[in-house]
Amino acid sequence: MSTQKVTLRVYRGDAESGELQDYTVEVSEGMVVLDAVHQIQATQAPDLACRWNCKAGKCGSCSAEINGKPRLMCMTRMVDAIKTAEGGPILVKPMKTFPHIKDLVTDVSQNYRNNKKITPFRPAPKGPDGEWKIFQYEIDRAQEFRKCIECYLCQNVCHVLRDHHEFSFAGPRYMVRAAGLEMHPADQGDRIDQLKEELGIGYCNITKCCTEVCPEGIHITDNAIIPLKERVVDEHYDPITALFRKVFGKKAPPNPAP
Amino acid sequence: MSLPYETHEYDVLVIGAGGAGLRAAVEAAESGVKTGLVCKSLLGKAHTVMAEGGMAAALANVDTRDNWKVHFRDTMRGGKFLNNWRMAQIHAQEAPDRVRELENWGAVFDRTPDGKILQRNFGGHKYPRLAHVGDRTGLEMIRTLQDRTVEKKINVHMECTIYRLLKTDHAITGAVGYWRESGRPIVFRAKAVVLATGGIGRCFRVTSNSWEYTGDGHALAYLAGADLIDMEFMQFHPTGMVWPPSVRGILVTEGVRGEGGVLKNNKGERFMFKSIPDLYKADTADNEAEADRWLAGDKTARRVPELLTRDHVARCIVREVKEGRGSPHGGVFLDIASRRSADYIKKKLPSMYHQFKELGGIDITKEPMEVGPTAHYIMGGVRVDAETQMATIPGLFAAGEVAGGLHGANRLGGNSLSDLLVFGRRAGLGASSYAKGMKDIPQTDDGQVERIVKEMYEPFDRPSAENAFTVTSDLQTTMEANVGIARVQNELEKALQDIASLKERAKKVSVVGDCRYNPGWHQVLDLNNLLICAEALTMAALSRKESRGGHMRIDFPDSVGEEGKWNNVLRQGGEGQMVLEKQPLPEMPTELHALAHDEKAPQ
Repeated sequence: MSTQKVTLRVYRGDAESGELQDYTVEVSEGMVVLDAVHQIQATQAPDLACRWNCKAGKCGSCSAEINGKPRLMCMTRMVDAIKTAEGGPILVKPMKTFPHIKDLVTDVSQNYRNNKKITPFRPAPKGPDGEWKIFQYEIDRAQEFRKCIECYLCQNVCHVLRDHHEFSFAGPRYMVRAAGLEMHPADQGDRIDQLKEELGIGYCNITKCCTEVCPEGIHITDNAIIPLKERVVDEHYDPITALFRKVFGKKAPPNPAP
Repeated sequence: MSLPYETHEYDVLVIGAGGAGLRAAVEAAESGVKTGLVCKSLLGKAHTVMAEGGMAAALANVDTRDNWKVHFRDTMRGGKFLNNWRMAQIHAQEAPDRVRELENWGAVFDRTPDGKILQRNFGGHKYPRLAHVGDRTGLEMIRTLQDRTVEKKINVHMECTIYRLLKTDHAITGAVGYWRESGRPIVFRAKAVVLATGGIGRCFRVTSNSWEYTGDGHALAYLAGADLIDMEFMQFHPTGMVWPPSVRGILVTEGVRGEGGVLKNNKGERFMFKSIPDLYKADTADNEAEADRWLAGDKTARRVPELLTRDHVARCIVREVKEGRGSPHGGVFLDIASRRSADYIKKKLPSMYHQFKELGGIDITKEPMEVGPTAHYIMGGVRVDAETQMATIPGLFAAGEVAGGLHGANRLGGNSLSDLLVFGRRAGLGASSYAKGMKDIPQTDDGQVERIVKEMYEPFDRPSAENAFTVTSDLQTTMEANVGIARVQNELEKALQDIASLKERAKKVSVVGDCRYNPGWHQVLDLNNLLICAEALTMAALSRKESRGGHMRIDFPDSVGEEGKWNNVLRQGGEGQMVLEKQPLPEMPTELHALAHDEKAPQ
């Protein structure tokens, strides 16, 4: 097996101060960036902090910015990182949007707080046999959203959060979660007001940056955010619905049952 | 170095936030006791997310012949009759309700054409039994339970590691740990503690397990004086990735075979037809034509041999490789490309498609995968009461992989996720009713707390000598070489000697940097747990002079009837040394014995 030596330029430091530091790693076949970080930990800097769990692209822990691109370290092969580094060292930095803790680790607790704002699953009553009859075609969309591994790369690139620090917007991950519940055929919750008021869906101006970085390939903008925006518009800005709400109270007539 | 500590009080403290821990916490909280949850990682990242194939439950949605008795029989046969029969019975009886409950909480399972929860075939299960979501069932489960945990407003201490349990002479009183981020100590006072910490896979070099699988719960229980059982039974999953080297060990779901994938050697033979164990001859096709008919849904045909139990499939792969019929990188071929359409594969096995494409540059819809055994699951663990999941120390409970008993000598695929739900719930209930029987939160011993806290930071004061990563790597090397899939007396003895000297080296490992988010320090503490688990595994393996399930002895290749009548029990002796005791199996009621040994499936 041939090995090659390359330089990894890793951000080291804490909330107060930090700097990029160069490490030489030996690259073997099939190696990913997370392997290189582990090699540095094991041989050069045991205190280098990074999060990881599964090393198979399923847990969404090892998010970072590799050569400026938000990626999972475990799913980024060194050969590709060498290519995108264009002859220079491979740059590995923590996600920029979140408060920095140490080295490659950031404070993602805002995401957990956002999650708590969403009305949980509200199950419909079961049929006479104690079961729901739900067909596959009815859940294909919800299943797409439930593929989310909570890597927060979408939150990291969302310019509302990253550049404008507008945290009234819960961010793409929570649009996807809300969509997964709203489009669940047996859910009876209503999150439309919440999406408008508490989750700030109006802030998204559908630039699709989130969709581009999603390692699960979820069509965040087209399949989750836009349909939710349409529901918000229908409910709040459609004159007939608005009149209905005025006369009969808050909730418009529900969608026909599946 | 010693730091001031914060103290939290709970009726029930759950350690670990995978499927079992979350389910236990939900149950305890719903029963009205003050419940706290501690996890090493962020919430929702636990090893359960990696579970792929599904959860086994006799819902009988796909084959109406299925029922709990068949599931019980399959589990006992898979475990080579070493299972705790009562746990196997409870598991088979309660799993369907736990799956439906998960659906009620928002899980979105794949569906049958008539709108029910779809079930797929899996190794050792007579009928299609695994409720699933493509090949990401674990993620679905953890997200659903995570949402439920949030809804129940359970207090979660994320990125917090428990270092020791606290106890008086006779009962558990709490736990001591540290925040990974700040490195500061944290003390819990609790009436009951539930261990749900998963397995010990990081003892091995080639493993499907994440960094968290350092046997923390096994070690915490052992050090507190609890019994461990069946520690010789490590499951080597037959299909891990073998190439490229950096991904070696990553799991390839049994679902690939459940969906029709076949194993071939370098001569293109489906070698699984060559040796079908007697126990499974009546259930298994001995020719390709019949196997294909079974796959196509012919209920009169017998099952494909690729879906024999994991212990057997892994051994067959080892044999093919050893006898020169392996793939170029020391595995065998797993072929689904020639069996199913590209669209079908992408729909039913999306993560596998993605994983091979991204990490191996292989398109599994066009070419076969190369696979080989990988350390996957420890059947052994904390010895618990079947009804309540209480360990041999009052106030200590265990559920999921950290608990022993249900799976005996070999676990069936799909029985883990159902185990997490069934016994996670029971542990939550058990801990809650135990806590309700106590008036006050027990007092902890300040001296004990101080000593433990001091010990935790002691590695910072050591002179620079050994590196924790190097010692861990050396442990993995010896375990892989000497206590792996095929074992023999002199190699096991060599491993025990190595472990003894690694224990000495572990006392000298030092730490670079301060205590804030310092993986080097975390590794020092985790290493001690790994060493305890490695020693227990090796000692138990030496003691069992036969081959059974996940434990294969080259020097004792057969299963011996007499050997199948006891479990290995390990505990800490008076001088701190590990002692082993053989304990007879609990006696099984006659009717269940008849069920388990039934040649045909019970109606």
